[in-house]
Amino acid sequence: MSNAGEWLRGEGPHHQVVVSSRVRLARNLRNRAFPGWAKKAERTAILELIKPHVEKLPEMQDSFSELLQDLSALEKQVLVERHLISREHAAKSAGSAVVMNRRQTLSIMINEEDHLRMQSMRSGLQLKQAFKLLDKIDTALENELEFAYDQRLGYLTACPTNVGTGMRASAMLHLPGLVLSELINQVVQAVSKIGLAVRGLYGEGTEAMGNLFQISNQTTLGEKEDEIIARLTKVIETIIDKEHDARQVLIQKKSNTLWDQIGRAYGVLTYAHAMSSKEALNLLSIIKLGIDLNVFPEDKRLPIDELFIDTQPAHLQKTSQQKLNAEERDHLRAQIIRARLKVLPKPDISKLATDSGNGSSPASSEQ
Amino acid sequence: MLCDVCKCNDATVFLTQIIEGKMQKVNLCDACSKDKGVQDPTGFALADLLLGIGAAEEIEKGSSTQRCPVCGFTQADFKKTGRLGCSTCYATFTEALTALLKAMHKGTAHVGKVPQRAHRAGELSDKMRNLSESLQKAVAEENYETAASLRDQIKQLESELAG
Repeated sequence: MSNAGEWLRGEGPHHQVVVSSRVRLARNLRNRAFPGWAKKAERTAILELIKPHVEKLPEMQDSFSELLQDLSALEKQVLVERHLISREHAAKSAGSAVVMNRRQTLSIMINEEDHLRMQSMRSGLQLKQAFKLLDKIDTALENELEFAYDQRLGYLTACPTNVGTGMRASAMLHLPGLVLSELINQVVQAVSKIGLAVRGLYGEGTEAMGNLFQISNQTTLGEKEDEIIARLTKVIETIIDKEHDARQVLIQKKSNTLWDQIGRAYGVLTYAHAMSSKEALNLLSIIKLGIDLNVFPEDKRLPIDELFIDTQPAHLQKTSQQKLNAEERDHLRAQIIRARLKVLPKPDISKLATDSGNGSSPASSEQ
Repeated sequence: MLCDVCKCNDATVFLTQIIEGKMQKVNLCDACSKDKGVQDPTGFALADLLLGIGAAEEIEKGSSTQRCPVCGFTQADFKKTGRLGCSTCYATFTEALTALLKAMHKGTAHVGKVPQRAHRAGELSDKMRNLSESLQKAVAEENYETAASLRDQIKQLESELAG
């Protein structure tokens, strides 16, 4: 668990814009109280009933299985920052567990809001593949456990917003081009109108940190799983095109602004001695854009991507092996970033790509 | 400004989200924001909260003394948590939930994956309905030999369903 998951490697389709894809399925046992309502003894009984079947899955042969009560607050926070468990699950203790594979592409929470929350993560735009794996696991578990299912309402969940498919599919998009050209609100509004939700990576309304946005299906009843995924994928593909268009317009019409942003991000990250998590994410986002545009070499992509996670509060404290206050964290964060950025050469504006890698030009210097 | 949820403390957390093209605002006090998981922005959707508040109003119209026979959950509990007690709650509070689900989702009926177990149960219940109808018809037509055979088939199916 010392490294971030495979889905963070940034190698999937459309990885310049789509950081990761994630699908989760919610399932419950029939006629058993949902975790939020069950007494501790019942929760524990349900956990003991479910856990062996999850650990037995062929996909979980090389896995970590942890009871939430055995994890420290810091360890839980590290899992949250890697999106392997939800914040809600991190708040749980006795009667809850998480089972995840070593590659960190599959994580199954037991007794989160529902008895089972299974999620599959992939790098780039791969919602269909992520669902396919979950579907297989769901079918295997359904032969062992009797899931709460109703002919009319489908899979029954603790919260009525998840009833039906129990599926939430989402993708994390990196949209600096749309943010810099102030087109992001239009996109967010258009997407919201068609029944999809847009959230910032770490919330706070629509002004997301690090130019990262999460887009997901809002409804779960009345539409088939593959229809939801196809619809979402189509919308995401449109956003990818818009992002590439926005980047092209910035290069052609506002190259000075773009050059300035990249230069400032490089300067501050290279020389700062104190940096908040938000500032780090926002500046790293611009460096990431610089890599997409060939201003920085492609082989520096992974170290930059890793900083997105490694500079999060719990990861910093895990690295330093001690509890740190905000000031100490900001200092350490800047120190780690300075050290990692030593390998990053100065931005080379002459290499500024006229095509940001959407494949529309044969002259594209896409990796 | 008072908290939209508890309506007694001063709101300190102000949220805005665009849902279905409409701007939605919610003001919460510190305690309610924690309670609703607002400080957990990754897992939090304003829609859930708004729907939760709406849900509470919706469900209040139904009878409030009703208890789920399986888990003992009441509508007051739903109002408090926005979550249900167990899968049987959907049948117990079906009246109140129908309107809520209609407002929340694209459709009112599940069209997605069907677990094999339920698929088989569905097939068996369809078969049972056909057999019962045939049996009634046979009895009405005084076709007792067919009726006896149908009755045996029903018995066998019943034992399959019970198993």
